[in-house]
Amino acid sequence: MNVTIVDYNSGNISSVINSFKEVAKDKVKIEVTSDLNKIKSSNKLVLPGQGSFKSCVDALNKIDGLTDTLNEFAITNKKPILGICVGLQMFADIGYEETETKGLGWISGKVSKIDNQNGKYKLPHIGWNQINIVKESKIFRNINNNSHMYFVHSYEFIPNDKGVISTTTDYSSKIVCSVEKENIFGTQFHPEKSDKMGLKIINNFINL
Amino acid sequence: MLKNRIIPCLDVKNGRVVKGINFVDLKDAGDPVEQAKIYSDGGADEICFLDITASNENRDTIYDVVEKTSKKCFVPLTVGGGVRSVEDINKLLNCGADKVSINTAAVENSKVVIDSSKKFGSQCIVVAIDAKKNGDKWEVFTHGGRKNSRVDALEYAEQMEKNGAGELLVTSMDRDGTQVGYDIDLMSKISSKVNIPVIASGGVGNLDHLVDGIKLGKASAVLAASIFHYGKHSVKEAKDYLDSKGIPVRI
Repeated sequence: MNVTIVDYNSGNISSVINSFKEVAKDKVKIEVTSDLNKIKSSNKLVLPGQGSFKSCVDALNKIDGLTDTLNEFAITNKKPILGICVGLQMFADIGYEETETKGLGWISGKVSKIDNQNGKYKLPHIGWNQINIVKESKIFRNINNNSHMYFVHSYEFIPNDKGVISTTTDYSSKIVCSVEKENIFGTQFHPEKSDKMGLKIINNFINL
Repeated sequence: MLKNRIIPCLDVKNGRVVKGINFVDLKDAGDPVEQAKIYSDGGADEICFLDITASNENRDTIYDVVEKTSKKCFVPLTVGGGVRSVEDINKLLNCGADKVSINTAAVENSKVVIDSSKKFGSQCIVVAIDAKKNGDKWEVFTHGGRKNSRVDALEYAEQMEKNGAGELLVTSMDRDGTQVGYDIDLMSKISSKVNIPVIASGGVGNLDHLVDGIKLGKASAVLAASIFHYGKHSVKEAKDYLDSKGIPVRI
């Protein structure tokens, strides 16, 4: 079994690599690459993402054939993929950070700025917040409701079909913090920085 | 509900932990990797390394410390001290830092914050403001507190938010190392002025000071060094105390 972390110059991915290697130990091979053939032959993919929606989409598009390869992996072959932070946001049809940008369109919806109620709430939404589990999700196996996860973001994913939402968190409004749609998983928070509970989510994904 | 964060800070010099009293009189107190692990196991919401003499001396030791720590600690790691350029930030992030705090370089060259927040995202750019009171205002100091830039701290904080900082780490130079508590006036004024989170720093001597930093200083997070480092209080004790005072913390 191997899990590939897609390295597409989306910013700092060392923490993602460290956490997956910590969980995988010697049992599962963790690859970090943008090589299309290696991505195609992987069992599972992790799509990290930091910075803006636009910068991440631009970075994906800069690598020839990467978007097509990801589409084939997730949509045609229906193999498991986990998007983290902007990695999750890119599943949407469209994002509004910096400028209107087209996403991968895997989970219909949009990514827009968190409404901070005229400055009543600080942005970015940085720190530890509790998750409310709204539907069962395979990657949340043995994770208690109200567990704390680490967030850092100013934009939120708003899916059209609320049925894909697996957890939410309370800030200035109810924010979607994870989704599951068949083989497609995503977390708005950073499991790689969410201490033992975060590592458990990574473990659940690796063992799907 | 978003929790207030407790951030133990480790001052690091030549790869070893030290804690300065008003930035001088350094004592050696251990291995930073082990210390960071103890903190994260104890419930620290984030770990901060400050490479205090980085501006003047051999800096490569910090990269090694960050790399080793990030393989053992799975909570956010912020690293600051001697960060001069976008390239320095890139190097620290590649070693496993999650956020980089910028002090002197942010005052001297506004492009560093603008460019790095564009390149890596605001979420990993913390601007550290060392402020000292002068009359009825505060001035920003650079070079580890040795040089007065004469820049007004409140105006500067606002400018840094515009330039793309994701958080502000505000240290009162007057209070740092004194253990008499944060400069509440400074913290609350800056926190009210900006819309990004403020981390209060400088002067913590007891757990009530942490409470004051959040309740009165309006800080999103509180940073402290010596009260944790010399075993006076554990992170857990601090959290339990904050919780008992009605402050939301991750327990």
